[in-house]
Amino acid sequence: MLKVTIDNISIEVEEGTTILNAARMIGGKVVPPAMCYYSKLKGSGGKCRTCLVKVSHSSAKDPRPMGKLVASCSTPVQDGMVVQNLTSPEVIETRKGIVEFLLLNHPLDCPVCDQAGECDLQDLSFGFGMEETATEEERREFPMIDIGEKIKLHMNRCILCYRCVYTADQLTEKRLHGVLYRGDVSEIGTFIQHAVTNDFSGNMIDVCPVGALTDKTFRFKSRVWFLNPMNAHRDCPACSGKVTAWMFGNEIYRITGRKDRYGELEEFICNECRFEKKDINDWVIEGPRHIRRQSVISANHYEEMKKQSLIDPIAGTMESLT
Amino acid sequence: MGGKILLANIDVPGIRGYDVYRSNGGYTSVEKALREMTQAQVTAEVNKSGLRGRGGAGFPTGLKWSFLDRKSDKPRYLVCNADESEPGTFKDRYLMHHLPHRLIEGLIISSFALGVKTCYIYIRGEFKYLVGILEKAIKEAHLHGFLGERILGTDFSLNIYVHPGAGAYICGEETALLESLEGKRGNPRIKPPFPAFKGLYGCPTVVNNVETLAAVGPIISMGGEAYAMIGKGKSTGTKLISACGNIKNPGVYEIEMGLPVEDFIYSPEYCGGIANDKYLKAVIPGGSSVPILPADLILSTAKGEKRLMTYESLADGDFESGTMLGSGGFIVYDEDACIVRNTWNLTRFYRHESCGQCSPCREGTGWMEKVLYRIEHRQGKMSDIDLLVRVAKNIEGNTICPLGDAAAWPVASAIRHFRVEFEEHVLHPAAMLEKERHLKLKY
Repeated sequence: MLKVTIDNISIEVEEGTTILNAARMIGGKVVPPAMCYYSKLKGSGGKCRTCLVKVSHSSAKDPRPMGKLVASCSTPVQDGMVVQNLTSPEVIETRKGIVEFLLLNHPLDCPVCDQAGECDLQDLSFGFGMEETATEEERREFPMIDIGEKIKLHMNRCILCYRCVYTADQLTEKRLHGVLYRGDVSEIGTFIQHAVTNDFSGNMIDVCPVGALTDKTFRFKSRVWFLNPMNAHRDCPACSGKVTAWMFGNEIYRITGRKDRYGELEEFICNECRFEKKDINDWVIEGPRHIRRQSVISANHYEEMKKQSLIDPIAGTMESLT
Repeated sequence: MGGKILLANIDVPGIRGYDVYRSNGGYTSVEKALREMTQAQVTAEVNKSGLRGRGGAGFPTGLKWSFLDRKSDKPRYLVCNADESEPGTFKDRYLMHHLPHRLIEGLIISSFALGVKTCYIYIRGEFKYLVGILEKAIKEAHLHGFLGERILGTDFSLNIYVHPGAGAYICGEETALLESLEGKRGNPRIKPPFPAFKGLYGCPTVVNNVETLAAVGPIISMGGEAYAMIGKGKSTGTKLISACGNIKNPGVYEIEMGLPVEDFIYSPEYCGGIANDKYLKAVIPGGSSVPILPADLILSTAKGEKRLMTYESLADGDFESGTMLGSGGFIVYDEDACIVRNTWNLTRFYRHESCGQCSPCREGTGWMEKVLYRIEHRQGKMSDIDLLVRVAKNIEGNTICPLGDAAAWPVASAIRHFRVEFEEHVLHPAAMLEKERHLKLKY
């Protein structure tokens, strides 16, 4: 077991754990934001640079600080490592800069974006964004394309996290889309429109941290915070069948996978569950899904709270009630 | 010109072919290394020589070799980085064009020292004409028993393959190069793991620059200690400098490390002074990625010492008043050169060559280019100059690979040393444009 201290909180973790995962074990505010890292996708991470942290002690053996800020999602912990996340002004400054870069070509069309309300980039900008824009340059623009029967790609919003590429690589047999070109004109794309027909391709929508990939069966139907997320399941031959059904009254508006508090899917679901089964009779509704009370989706969303965490102050702040 | 090591015999007619190269002392170092020395002895000689990576970073080669994972039972690879795409640098091209066997010789000895059986030369796509030259040289070496199975009757076998890239600057970064060599998109990998442990096809790999590997042959011939005597301090040996810009004699020169920069620019043996006898304005001494320095700081350091062509002396004063030797792409600007236009041109290059994988570099290079375009094209504002400094600072050090730094340093240094010129462009855009038009008509 290796001892690591993140923002003055110490924890013992197994060898090979990354700083980000160690921080997630601590939980709360010390967790750096991650736009591209996805624990279920091998090889993801290191690209968005929002999770940069300062390592002020490399290890017990070598107490020197690391020369640069490191990406916490891809840097393994060493014994005696001391990491600064929010306690380092340098990290905050850099993160502000990174958010500025991510928003540079982002259209900021949140009012018409289906992802609004559950968008990682929105949360990140709320936390670290600047109040005004420094750029007067035109944003890059791409035409909207359909990359599958049910998936719309809105490339303007993409932050090129590569998550959907890894998803397609690791969940489906043949990846049909990828990153084309390079630099600030690089884009996610297929050579042939509608090409993505794989059974699990819908998971690309869930892993997308922004509104670049959206569900065509749900587009412009409703804002997510008007819907009630309910845990539901069905017998599915292809996947586990455990999903979140987003309901309004007795009507199912959309089906997504179940996401944990870091916005990551607990299990990947198949396209049939996601796109075809929109009737309430297809599903067994288990009950309301827990939503963090900071989320805009939690408005008008009632659920029973675990009593223990309310009375036990050591279990954490209100924020860590998951 | 005395003291030539790498480019010795370059004037001998037909030196590109095996026979002439061999009769001028070629491949004797291979014979020496394979017949008389052990792997450890060869590595020790390279260590003693103090040879440092010639691709730009100046990392000690012996140290890099010592990192190679020798415990692993996987095959090891040596990859020669011939993806020379840094603007202003054309030394490797020259070396491979005229002395391909010098490189092959270095590759054989290095592979022997590292215990490598397969070696790749990753060459830039634009150097298509060099592929034929190298492959011919490899064929000749095969014919004469210096490559293939059981070289010179020893147990050592080696094959060398030439692999042309598709012409991306980023593929000169060692991990992007490995990705490209594997047939994937040339995106730099996230380190760690370093190539010494997980490189090509997940096997331990050493990646070295052409000039570094070519220097291994002469080091074995003359001995590491004798090589370390040349040069100054920790910058040992000779360095190929590709000089270009507003000078009288552009070209590739082999210099002994420690030559004063002033001598290099003004000596008739080298650059021969500024073209049309104008004044020196600025120099980028190590390829476009390193900080630009104005005339006074390139000739002497901030402390008043003479600036020498060594890794240490050029870096003296860090980024405030220093620069780097880099890859040796020596770009000279005369009094008429427009720093703003030049900086814009460089950012245009980095914007085009950024792989687009990590956000600071992808967005930042494009942003800097757009702002500099505006300043150069009469739409600049005073606040843009500070904006550029801030963007460059936000990119620097926060990216996966050094391309971000390489894009940020030229902009940051140009503003640091030539801020007045940027302000002038903002305040009097029409006058600046007029001046440039006038100069264009003149030449």
